[in-house]
Amino acid sequence: MIYDKSSGKIVDIIKNYARKHSLWIVAYGTGCGAIELPPTMTSRYDAERFGIRGSATPRQADVLLITGYLAVKTLKRVIRTYEQMQDPKYVIGFGSCTINGGMYWDSYNTVKALDRYLPVDVYINGCMPRPEAVISGFIELQKLIEAGKANGAKKYKENLDWYRENQRKVIKNWKMPDYNW
Amino acid sequence: MNINWLSVLGIITTPIIAFIVGVTYGGLTRRITARIQNRYGPPSSQNLLDIIKLYSKETSIQHGVMQHLGPVFAITASITTLYFIPVIKNSVVFTNLSFNGDLIFLLYIMVFGSLGMALGAGQTGNPNAAIGVSRGLSQMVGYEIPFVLSLVAIMTQFHTTSLTDLLAVQKHFADWIIFQSPLAFIAGILAFLGMMGYAPFDVVIAPAEIASGPPSEFGGKYLALMMTSRSIFTFAKLVLFTDIFLGGASDFITLIIKTFLLYMIPVLTGIVFPRFRTEQSICFFWKWPLVFGVLAILVVVL
Repeated sequence: MIYDKSSGKIVDIIKNYARKHSLWIVAYGTGCGAIELPPTMTSRYDAERFGIRGSATPRQADVLLITGYLAVKTLKRVIRTYEQMQDPKYVIGFGSCTINGGMYWDSYNTVKALDRYLPVDVYINGCMPRPEAVISGFIELQKLIEAGKANGAKKYKENLDWYRENQRKVIKNWKMPDYNW
Repeated sequence: MNINWLSVLGIITTPIIAFIVGVTYGGLTRRITARIQNRYGPPSSQNLLDIIKLYSKETSIQHGVMQHLGPVFAITASITTLYFIPVIKNSVVFTNLSFNGDLIFLLYIMVFGSLGMALGAGQTGNPNAAIGVSRGLSQMVGYEIPFVLSLVAIMTQFHTTSLTDLLAVQKHFADWIIFQSPLAFIAGILAFLGMMGYAPFDVVIAPAEIASGPPSEFGGKYLALMMTSRSIFTFAKLVLFTDIFLGGASDFITLIIKTFLLYMIPVLTGIVFPRFRTEQSICFFWKWPLVFGVLAILVVVL
């Protein structure tokens, strides 16, 4: 079931407040971006003061953090991970590679625009984004959640056919189980 | 049949109070950990926000009936444990269901939650969950023995199996059982470290090693139920140890102070120590706490 998160009812306001202040991330450390996460989480920048915490498995997570470029092979795993997460879920594209391919713009094996394959809620620009930029991206996501506008998962469900078509175009050996919500 | 409405009030309010206190302690723990690691740390309401968020998740995948029932068993066991512990000394409202022989009953019912969890995690089919369950049950064998020895020492010393009688024994500060039988307290508190599951005994939920173990396949509302159960169970265990060793509490302020100080023992131990391997953990429990437990019994008997 998909609820309207920006309805303005008191229940939704409480729920959005809790969602905003408790973001559990599962970081998909494909590229060089993963190295920016330890300083973000540890003593120097301390993302935990915003309620951001690493989660051990996709089932428990809220935010999928795509740190860097996605090869075709890793895109398959990312889609699996994303579909195992529980609603409401958000995707953060991290670094230039997720926006337009970045320095891999002419690579034969990387995915250029992540938005065609997964619904991205917030992009963090930079190559690499510093921990300050990462935290500012998370705060941007928090603002969207509070306003009830972080509806990436809803978009994914509504346009599943379009996303599937794009995904199948890239992933040749498509042997994936069906989406279980 | 006349119903004692005050007891009914106690039955209704005790789990709520336990939940609030347990959740706040959890949040404070994260903050204290952060301050020790030279971080600012999350607000102390962080755990409550996490639980509200998990309850407001819109989907929750389950792999079968047992996974559905596992968290329910856990929370049932937590609340049942809480009901058989007198929270406030000599209080009509918060005596709850404690009866003669409740110490023996508690020994049994405290294990039930873990077993329910094990069944639930077993259904998920996740290998990490299976490893976590086997580790958890092995470790339970480790810490239950010194815990039982410590309780048996106290039961023999005071010729009672009732928590209310134990509370009646400890009238003044000098009568607390921590002073009357310190060896039993040492065995009990070492077993308590294992029960709380903080480092170095966090072999069950080892996030960096086996992806949080038993709950690795639980998400959304199932995880929320498990966190709720954990908060209530933490409070229940703290009150149990306060009742047995620290003379109970005659009002809520004393209760909060005593339970918080007791809670800081596993937390502060956990911050400075890394994780044991499973066999190291079990060996530890079968070495030192066991020796203290047997000594406590010998001191009483001889």
